[in-house]
Amino acid sequence: MSDTVIRIRNLHKRFGDLHVVKGVDLEVKRGERIAIIGASGSGKSTILRCLNFMEMPSDGTIELDGKLLGTEGRANDGGAARTYSESELCEVRTRVGMVFQQFNLFPHMTVLENVMEGLITVKRTPKGAARSRATEQLAKVGLQDKLHAYPGKLSGGQQQRVAIARALAMDPEVLLFDEPTSSLDPELVGEVLRVIHALAEEGRTMLLVTHELGFAYHFADRVVFIADGIVYETGTADDVLKHPTKERTQAFLARFTERAF
Amino acid sequence: MQYQWDFAAVWSHFDLLIVGLIGTVELALVSIVLGVIVGFVVALMRLSHRRALRTPATAFVEFYRNTPPIVHFFWFFYALPILIGLSFEPFTAAVLALSTQSGAFYAEVFRGGIVSIERGQWEGAKALGMNYRAVLRRVILPQALRRMVAPFVDRSFELTKTTALASSLAYAELLYQAMQVNSITYRPMEVYTTIAIMYFIVLFAASNLMRLVEYRLARVG
Ligand SMILES: Nc1ncnc2c1ncn2[C@@H]1O[C@H](COP(=O)(O)OP(=O)(O)OP(=O)(O)O)[C@@H](O)[C@H]1O
Ligand SMILES: [Mg+2]
Repeated sequence: MSDTVIRIRNLHKRFGDLHVVKGVDLEVKRGERIAIIGASGSGKSTILRCLNFMEMPSDGTIELDGKLLGTEGRANDGGAARTYSESELCEVRTRVGMVFQQFNLFPHMTVLENVMEGLITVKRTPKGAARSRATEQLAKVGLQDKLHAYPGKLSGGQQQRVAIARALAMDPEVLLFDEPTSSLDPELVGEVLRVIHALAEEGRTMLLVTHELGFAYHFADRVVFIADGIVYETGTADDVLKHPTKERTQAFLARFTERAF
Repeated sequence: MQYQWDFAAVWSHFDLLIVGLIGTVELALVSIVLGVIVGFVVALMRLSHRRALRTPATAFVEFYRNTPPIVHFFWFFYALPILIGLSFEPFTAAVLALSTQSGAFYAEVFRGGIVSIERGQWEGAKALGMNYRAVLRRVILPQALRRMVAPFVDRSFELTKTTALASSLAYAELLYQAMQVNSITYRPMEVYTTIAIMYFIVLFAASNLMRLVEYRLARVG
């Protein structure tokens, strides 16, 4: 297996006439932790969502483990969008997991069933094995005593930890987080960040879009600053967050007066 | 004017009305089942990304929404046979008319239920690698079904009442049978009052049954 898990080349995304991602190149190494930061509306979520095809790229290529995804599409006036079969998309998504800002848990299933769902319907894991794997993942995020609760009965922090367990159960090669703590009450942020930090220690490959710059600093091997749909500045956490060299990065960071790093 | 009620004449032909009631229930049940199938397919077509599926489905729904039900009965009974050189029993024509028109309305019920589920549910499921069918079956429909029950029941009641139009094809449902009894007895007041009560009893009983089902479903969720 190659050292590079994901390689993005010249990624573009348009929503109708709105050009949101304007040619992003990014390489993600195995075990690497990347924090993606930038102003609201700069395209961070869209870039992340293209990696597991929650959004379809308008142009550009994505390689996973050295394999180019999709097949060449017909060139059109919006660019040359590649086409992807449903089975390929499903396979990619089992390998690239995602944790959403709004958790997106299934309200009609218990916590345990939420975590078992992917194992059973996608991986065809036998029920017993799925149950023990799901229980294991839930214990890891500290929710072993909530197995039979429904998500609606949990706090936001607990729900997000279930969502993390649900993604982990699939044993993805890469885990994407889109502002996993921004919809949480401040006192619940810590418990979720601790779980993410523990995953970092395990050597999981992760990409995290966040406004928590303090956490980004401690979490990330590499920080990517996005402005206007491009990678504006990138480097180590120290480089980008402490010694930004470019103007817009400096201006963005200046807005965070209390730096927790 | 003092009207002299005389139900005796009706009672002596009550067996004809029972035949009619059975005809009504049969027609309604068969049309509901087929209408649900039509409605489900049309709903999925309307939700498709492909215009080649979406457009005909939308046209289908709009067609039925903007034409009177009785025209569909006549069309399937008198017109379609000319086109295909094959004539239908009144029952068959009535089922075709009812299941396509109710299919158009059920399609809207199903589509409404499906689109009422937030996008995040689709995304949460897709992000696990579930395909379209699995997402629909495991995540979307179980939640959407609960929201569909009430409008679905409403539509089924409409359909059941519309079965009376099959009398115009001489299908032996309740209204048609009442017309027969009336022509024998000349007691329109008693005959039509009786079948109104019969319709009422069946639909009222059914609606209470459905309320129980809804209550159960709500409790499970
Ligand atoms: N599905 C969509 N349809 C149309 N426009 C969209 C869609 N998704 C995002 N956009 C637009 O694309 C731009 C970038 O959005 P994106 O969510 O990627 O920004 P972001 O950097 O994640 O912002 P934030 O920090 O607020 O989450 C915004 O202008 C947004 O309105
Ligand atoms: Mg965002």
